[in-house]
Order: sequence, then C-alpha cells, then structure tokens
Amino acid sequence: MYVAVKGGERAISAAHAWLDETRRGDPAVPELTVAQIEQQMGLAVDRVMAEGSCHDRFLAALAIKQAKGDLIEAAFLLRAYRTTLPRFGASEPLETTAMRLRRRISATYKDLPGGQVLGPTFDYTHRLLDFALAAEGSECPAAPEAASPVADVPRVTELLAREGLMQREATSEAEPGDLTRQPLTFPAERPVRLQNLARGDEGFLLALGYSTQRGYGNAHPFVGEIRVGHIAVEFTPPELGFPIELGEIGITECQMVNQFKGSRTEPAQFTRGYGLVFGHGERRAMSMALVDRGLRARELDEDITAPAQDEEFVLYHSDNIEATGFVEHLKLPHYVDFQSELENLRTIRRTAEQARQEAAE
Amino acid sequence: MTITVVPPAPSTLEGYNFAYLDEATKRMIRRALLKAVAIPGHQIPFGAREMPLPYGWGTGGIQVTASILGPTDTLKVIDQGADDTTNAISIRRFFTRVAGVATTEHTAEATVVQTRHRIPERTLREDQIIVYQVPQPEPLFRLEPRRMETKRLHALADYGLMHVRLYEDIARLGHIAKAYDYPVMVNRRYLMSPSPIPAFDNPKMHRMPALQLFGAGREKRIYAIPPYTEVRSLDFEDHPFRPIRAPHACALCGSRDTYLDEVITDDAGGRLFVCSDTDFCAERQADSAKEAAE
Repeated sequence: MYVAVKGGERAISAAHAWLDETRRGDPAVPELTVAQIEQQMGLAVDRVMAEGSCHDRFLAALAIKQAKGDLIEAAFLLRAYRTTLPRFGASEPLETTAMRLRRRISATYKDLPGGQVLGPTFDYTHRLLDFALAAEGSECPAAPEAASPVADVPRVTELLAREGLMQREATSEAEPGDLTRQPLTFPAERPVRLQNLARGDEGFLLALGYSTQRGYGNAHPFVGEIRVGHIAVEFTPPELGFPIELGEIGITECQMVNQFKGSRTEPAQFTRGYGLVFGHGERRAMSMALVDRGLRARELDEDITAPAQDEEFVLYHSDNIEATGFVEHLKLPHYVDFQSELENLRTIRRTAEQARQEAAE
Repeated sequence: MTITVVPPAPSTLEGYNFAYLDEATKRMIRRALLKAVAIPGHQIPFGAREMPLPYGWGTGGIQVTASILGPTDTLKVIDQGADDTTNAISIRRFFTRVAGVATTEHTAEATVVQTRHRIPERTLREDQIIVYQVPQPEPLFRLEPRRMETKRLHALADYGLMHVRLYEDIARLGHIAKAYDYPVMVNRRYLMSPSPIPAFDNPKMHRMPALQLFGAGREKRIYAIPPYTEVRSLDFEDHPFRPIRAPHACALCGSRDTYLDEVITDDAGGRLFVCSDTDFCAERQADSAKEAAE
C-alpha cells in the first residue's frame, strides 16, 4: 500500500550537505578566497552589487562564492541581507561632475572639455582567447600612466542644455520614493522608475534597450557620455546639520542624447535617457538609459506602441529576484491544483463524448 | 498621551529580531492587515520586504505570519494540504529558527495555520487564524494584466469581464471550467482570488469562524476576510457553483467527502486516491483503529 512520502526534512538536510560539497569542488584544487573573487571577478561583483541593490564589494564577493557563481542567486543573497539592515536616511545627491574618473567617453563630440579617457575597457580588444592566462603565476606588468585628466569635466548634456538644445530635467527637493520600502504604484514617477531599472536584470534591460534600437519604440540615441569612476557619498546627520563623507563608491553613469520632435508646448530639442549603476557596468548603464528614455513616452506625449515604453510591463518584469522566484516556484508541488484540473478535463471530455454519441444515434 | 514600549521578544537566531522582521516592518504590515480586515476582499498594497526565501515560495504568507506571530502561538504550516511537503518543512523550520515558536501538525492545536493551495478539512475556530500564500492577488489578471486598469474595475465593482469569461466556458464546454483559484465575491463587494486552492475548498471560506489573511509578497498586496463574512463563488442561477473532487474514497481512511490526491502506482494505469489533508486523514485512521479495538 502506498504511504505518503515522508522524510522530507532529512532529504532537505542531505541535499544541502551535497550542495556544500559540490560548491567546494575537487578538494585537490585550492579553495577560492573571497578576496580573490573581489579582486579578480570584479565585474561579477559589480553586477551582484547592482542587482543586489547594495554597495559592498566584500559581501557581494562572499555571495558569489556561496552561490557557486550563480550571479542572480548571489544578488538574492545580498538583497535578503540588506533588508535586515537599519536605514539611517538618504545621502546627499551625488554630483557626478566631481567623480574621480577612470573612464569617460563621448560619442557625440570628437573632443570636448575633460577629453576622452578610455580607461580599463574591453572595447577594441580582439576577442581571442588568451592562453597565456591559463598558465598561472605570470607577472602582469603595470600599465603605463599618464597625467590624470583635468579636474573639471563638465557634462556633455549640460553643454547642450546651455544652448537650449537639451531639455532640462525638472528639479525637485522632495525625497525620492523607495521601492524597498513602498510598493510600486502606477503611474510611476521617474525616480522610482530609475531605481527599478538601476537594480533590474541586466539581460532584461539589455534586450529591451536593444528592442528600442530595432524599431520597437522610436529611439534615436547617441551616447552623450559614459563616465566610470569613484565618487564620495555624503550624509548629513540631523544632529550635526552639515554633510560628512561616508566613503567612496564605484559607479557608472550614462547619458543618452535622444531626438525629440517637440510637442504643442515644447520646441524640438534633445531629451535625455539616464543610466546610473553601481560599479563598472557600461552595458547595464547604457541599457538603462535607453529604457529610461523609452519610459518617458507618456510624459513626452509620444505614442506608446512598444514593450520598452510600457511602464507596467517593464517595471513589473525587470526584477530578476522576483522573476526567478516566481518562475522557479513552478518546481514546488502543485498536485492539488493539478488534480482539480484532471477531474475537470475528464468531465469535459466525458461531456463531449456523450454529445458525440448522442449526435451519432 | 503615553506610549507603551513593548520590548521585542527574544529571537532564537542571533542578530535577528523575533520572527525575522524588524518591529517597524511588522507594524507596517499590521496596519495593512487592519485596513484589509476593514475592507474585506480589497487588495491593500504594502511594502513587502525581501525575505531570505524566494519570491513565489510563500514570502507574502511568511511576512503576514511573522507580523502576527507571538511567542505563545502554535504554528502549523501546510503545502498541498500536507505538513511534510518540502516547502512546508522549509517554512516551518524558518519560523522555528527565527521565532522559536511551538509548531504542530494538528490543525486543532494550531493558533496560526499558514497554507499553500488548501484549506484544512477540519473546520477552523474563532481563536484560529489562517494565512494563505498568494502568488497572484489580482483575480482579473488573465483578463486584464494592467494594474492601473484592474484598480479602476475594482473601484467600479465592474466584474463583467469575469462573468463573460465564465459564461464563455458554459457556452463552449457546457459548464464552468475553472478548477482552482475560482473567483469569489467577498461581502457582496469585491471580487477576490481565493489563492490557488481547489474550487472544492471555496465553500469553506464562506462564514468561516476564523480570520483569513492573504499575503502576496512578490505582488506586494495583502487582503483579508474577517470571521463570518459572506464569501460566494461566482456562478449563474442555471449553472450553480460546483465543487470538484475526484469521485472516489480515500484509500487510507475511506473518506468520501474530503479532497483527494491522485497517486500513480504503476505504469499500467494503476492509481489510488488519498486525502490531501494528511493530518485529517491520520486522525480518521486513528479513530477507526480505536473503534475497531473497542
């Protein structure tokens, strides 16, 4: 006689022990340290910080180690940790013209104040597997250094705005909404949309951004500017009344310049798509800027025809922690519902069969 | 005005508050719960937190349970009606770990029952609370995916879309083909998703003595049905609501009026049916064993 499956508790413990064992892999191979991941898998760390919505390189590296390199799982670990942390308040706004730059490029001007700084980039590398890297222990010679770029690096979009060619953003002193505290509601304000995109899944943003370039959404983007580097975060404790520096974070900012035909109230001018993400994440920042511009369709009175312009579609599906949870919950038992569906289907087929027989008689 | 500060109960997991959530978050959720109880069946948005369990695996129910749980509560967690399904075990372990509360597999002993996909067969009492895990709180989502639009439809109590959908089933198939997550009207006002319980369980919601709370973590919504509230499954006069169950008796306890799971026993069409509510089934088996012994 069949007895309901018991022993789930033991099975779970055993499965987790096995997971630990496979994480370690062959014990003959030296164990990865968190510091190695943090230093040598830096872009993975950056992605996990961005999607985990928490700037902490050590914790992100630890999460990557614990998640066996599954970056969405790592971002999930980081998010679950960050929700338990107390919140002291909001920092002062970041002034990205004051960034300590490692990279700054513009695609709209050949040369400009502050210059073009390539920085550490994959761009223009030939994607040939470097078998020399397979041999460990080889010394990496230090990169040649030039004099650091001039201190003042104005924003490209600001240069355009001064000429009246770039739409100015509305300024606001209001504290922006926070998705980690309040649920998403629609229509969503731009700061909330940007927060959602900044921690959205890179693949999802990439595909959506790409779709705007292929005619799904009327985008004509230029990279006004990408800047990558470090910036100080300041916080004003109420008891002090003046800002103090908390430390530096790595960020990537992208400002896309987009055409805008103008409307009844506004003359033709350029409009901005904005991307800002933790760490070095150009693909993410650029995709974010494309999607941000797409989502401005409503406010700019453009026709909403494409997925990337559809606020609910984009913002409800961008979060890979939510998405992975719900997709993967299909692994959980559903046999109660399935049983109901089975009985239902049997009844429908019986009814149809009876009708067929009656018709034949 | 005096404010009484209640010190948080000690947690069993170092570094975490009792029942995992911090007290401010619990208060936010309790406020949403109070509002939900005041407007039966109406979805209340709340600032769902990221939990250490995945979205879609009961985070809404877990947050509701964490917010109402006290140190003296006794918790029962079921998935598919059973206490020993892996996710039920995982959630029960979570609360044992972060709240240290007593747990039970017996419906009668529990003060809080967290469930996925079932309502226990044993009638719940006034001093019990049932917490449902809800994947999709919006009953209209298959008909209208946009929340801006469904919000408007709820405000106007415009549920024609759902009636048409049910009518189309009748026109095509001869009867309503919704087998689970069968929509209900709560207090004659709001259309509500009962969560994906089988339609068989819907009548248990009607005038239930226990408080019913619903948590959807990923969708960040809470709703509730206060005790003894009218809950009607949508139907038509000439096509009344019809709960579905497999027309068999439980192979273990012989019950003919409980919801059954179908179990495949071989690859030659062999199958048997057993109660989905494992606690209820075990009690019935124990009762009949006792009767036989007497």
